[in-house]
This record gives sequence, structure tokens and C-alpha cells, in this order.
Amino acid sequence: MSFEIVDSRVSACIAGFAASVLLFGCATTPLEQAPLGPPGDAVRGREVFVSREGGHCVLCHRVPGLAVAGDVGPALDGIGARLSPGEIRYRVADITRLNPEAAMPAFHRTEGLERVAPAYAGRPVLDARQVEDLVAYLGSLR
Amino acid sequence: MRAAALLLAAFAAAAFAQEAKRPSPLKPGPEFQSPDVRALQADDFANPGMLWVARGGELWRAPGANGKRCADCHGVDAVSMKGVSARHPRHDPSLGRLTDLSGRIDACRTRYQGGPALARESPDALALEAFVAHQSRGLPVKVSTEGPARAAFERGRALYFTRVGQLNLACTHCHDERWGRTLLAESISQGHATGWPAYRLEWQSLGSLHRRLRACFFGVRAQQPAAGSEDLLALELYLAGRAGGLAVEVPGVRR
Ligand code: HEC
Ligand code: HEC
Repeated sequence: MSFEIVDSRVSACIAGFAASVLLFGCATTPLEQAPLGPPGDAVRGREVFVSREGGHCVLCHRVPGLAVAGDVGPALDGIGARLSPGEIRYRVADITRLNPEAAMPAFHRTEGLERVAPAYAGRPVLDARQVEDLVAYLGSLR
Repeated sequence: MRAAALLLAAFAAAAFAQEAKRPSPLKPGPEFQSPDVRALQADDFANPGMLWVARGGELWRAPGANGKRCADCHGVDAVSMKGVSARHPRHDPSLGRLTDLSGRIDACRTRYQGGPALARESPDALALEAFVAHQSRGLPVKVSTEGPARAAFERGRALYFTRVGQLNLACTHCHDERWGRTLLAESISQGHATGWPAYRLEWQSLGSLHRRLRACFFGVRAQQPAAGSEDLLALELYLAGRAGGLAVEVPGVRR
């Protein structure tokens, strides 16, 4: 068995490029998602962002004002100025629709998941209200 | 026309992503540990895993149920065990199946020492495994992934690239694509198994690789395959093939 040596960054770039050509090359508007419920609350959204029982987004993303945070995903400073609420919602709910290779959980999806532990089966990581709270919080990061 | 070309490009990218790949350059686990943890592993007098190695040495020389000792067949000094851990998991011809080191030790206990099998993760099982694996310290991992081992290797590879659990992540997302980055405060390694069984500070104990892998499944909220299951043996073989050339470093010390 011989292994092909690939720099992880190269393959990520190729996959990302293919995805963006495929998606943005054909679509005229960036992908957005309509609200899942009434407008969320940014203060609660920040709690969802940091808490283990919530999204625990802090595992992978830095945001302003947090001393400890991971860097598996990009820093989200200013995300509210870069993306519309609909675009943020689209990414939080299931970012693999945008990039099938994305190393981020799909937070509001129950279909097509494999080997889910019984305690979590059939329900999304975050419910509609938590997603809306996050959208409000991230939208406030400008 | 354009759509067809785009589709082709997408398929090419997808196929490319599915290829067996390994991180470059290959880096062993300790490089992702803090300096104090690395220092603990490097010093045999401080490395807590050495207590298990010493206990394993006693078991090596202790009579089994039928009075036979491991040492009677393999020598008191255990030099005959040099390299054994570096080629496991392996398709064992005498057993007719893929087995890891712990399974192989169990086979000797039940076949040649009059049983009973040691429970996986029991202190004695871990001690013997650590003792035997320690004899290969510094030797490069080299497992067979061909012939009778091929099917298990492919199964392990498939699982390695499958998104699992409510969090929908595969091993590859963390250990191929994001190694060196931090998950909250923990540095993600390349996922090599060369230090296992390892002493994990979080457990305050030596633990097996299968226990470590179960923790990764737990982390993504997936069903945890049982220790010793075909899934974990297959994953272990895939990991060993992927780590080929890296040195065995048992007993490792990890956060
Ligand atoms: C296990 C790691 C991980 C976790 C946990 C995680 N993310 Fe991500 N996130 C990523 C990665 C990696 C990307 C880049 C996606 C890509 O490669 O296409 C990303 C991208 C994003 C983006 C798009 C950023 C941009 O600039 O376009 C948003 C928004 C986002 N994440 C929000 C969140 C929120 C909110 C949570 C928690 C509910 C969260 N993430 C949890 C890894 C993670
Ligand atoms: C969300 C991220 C993530 C996923 C997914 C993940 N792991 Fe891990 N893994 C970690 C972290 C963090 C550690 C502890 C730090 C380290 O050693 O890398 C770890 C540790 C390990 C280790 C021990 C490495 C060492 O040097 O001691 C192995 C082996 C491993 N993982 C294999 C796997 C396999 C196989 C899978 C898939 C079944 C997997 N991991 C899925 C994050 C992950």
C-alpha cells in the first residue's frame, strides 16, 4: 500500500475552489436561508456560542472578548459585516451544503447522519430558537 | 457544456479527497503535547506508564493457570518481543483473523497458559501489552496492509473518512486537514497510534488505543464501537498503515 502524500492545505484549496465554482459560478445570489422562527436574542446567542450544551462554537472559532478559543475554523470577528443574517443561518444550519468537505458540524440537520449516539438521535444539535439566537449574536459582530 | 465541465471538476475533486493520504511531514504525537507532558514521556523515571511496564514484566515471569509463564516460551529477557508491536495489528495465520497486540496476548493466555482471557482494559491486560510493546520502542511501525489484511485495511480507511455522529465529522477532518490547530485549548495531532497504550493525565491511568478512539467517537456524539470490535481493529490497522515509518514510543504520555 503506498500513500499519496498530500499537503492538507492543497486539497482543501482544490475542494474549496471546486465548490465555489460550482456554487457561485451558477448562482447569482449567495446562498441564504429564511428565518426558522421569530428574531433571536444576541445575548442568548453568545451563551449558545460558548456553552458546551449549546453550540460550543468556541471549540473552533475565535470571537472578540474570549480569552480561550480554538482555531479549527476561521475567526468570526466582523462576521456580521461580511455576511447577511440569511447567509449566516445557511452556514450554521448545515455548512456542508456550501462546502461538502467543511470541517464543521451541521447544527440544524437530522437527515443523512450516520452512527449518531442514541442520546442524540433524531434531533439537531441546535433547535430553531438557538439558531436564531446565534444569527442575532453573530450579526452583531461588526 | 459548462455544467458538464463543472460536474467533472467536482467529481475529480471528490475522488481526489477520497484517496488514501497521510499528513506531510509525518509528526509523532508528542510534538502536539505541551513541553511538560513531552518531558514526562521522555524520562523513564518520571513516565507514569513505566509502572505498567514494570508490572507487565512481573506478569511475564508469573505462572499462568497451567503453571506456564510467558517467559517459558519467549525468554525471560523478552528480546524475542522486539518488533512485535510494530507489526500489529496483523492477520494472524494461527488465529485466522486480524488481531491487535492485546488480542494476540489473550490468544497466548487462553491457548498456552490455560486461560482465562484478560478483560480488555483490565490493569493486567494493559500492563502486559505495555510491557510487550515497550520492547519495540524506537522501531518503525510497519504493518502489512495487503493479502489477508487488505479487506480490514479498506474497512478502516472507509470508516476514517466517514462523517459520523450528531456532529457529522470524520477522523480526516481533524487529523488530516486540521492537525496543528487547536480545539478550544487542545492541539490536534495527526492521529498516530504509536504511543499507545499511553498514560493519559485526564484518565490518571494507562489506557488502550481503543479507549482513546472511543473518546473521539464520543466527542462527535457518535455510537462508540466496542473495544476489540472489528471497526476499531480495522481503524487501528488503517492508522498503523498511515503511520508507517514512525517509531513506536510506548508508553506514551498524553494530556
Ligand atoms: C469542529 C469545528 C467547528 C465548530 C464546532 C464550529 N465551526 Fe464554524 N467553521 C468551521 C470551519 C472549519 C469553517 C470553514 C468552513 C469551510 O472550510 O468551508 C467554519 C465556518 C463558519 C462560518 C463561515 C465563516 C465565513 O467567514 O464564511 C460561520 C458563520 C461559522 N463557522 C459559525 C459557527 C457557529 C455559529 C458554530 C457553533 C454553533 C460553529 N461555527 C462551530 C469549524 C467549526
Ligand atoms: C473534532 C475533532 C476530532 C475528530 C473528528 C477525531 N479526533 Fe482523534 N483526537 C482529537 C483530539 C483533540 C485528540 C487529542 C489530541 C491529540 O492527540 O490529537 C485526538 C486524539 C486522537 C489519537 C491519539 C493520538 C496520540 O498521539 O496520542 C488518535 C489515534 C485519534 N485521535 C484518532 C482518531 C480517529 C481514528 C478518529 C475517527 C474515528 C478521530 N480521531 C476523530 C480530535 C478529533
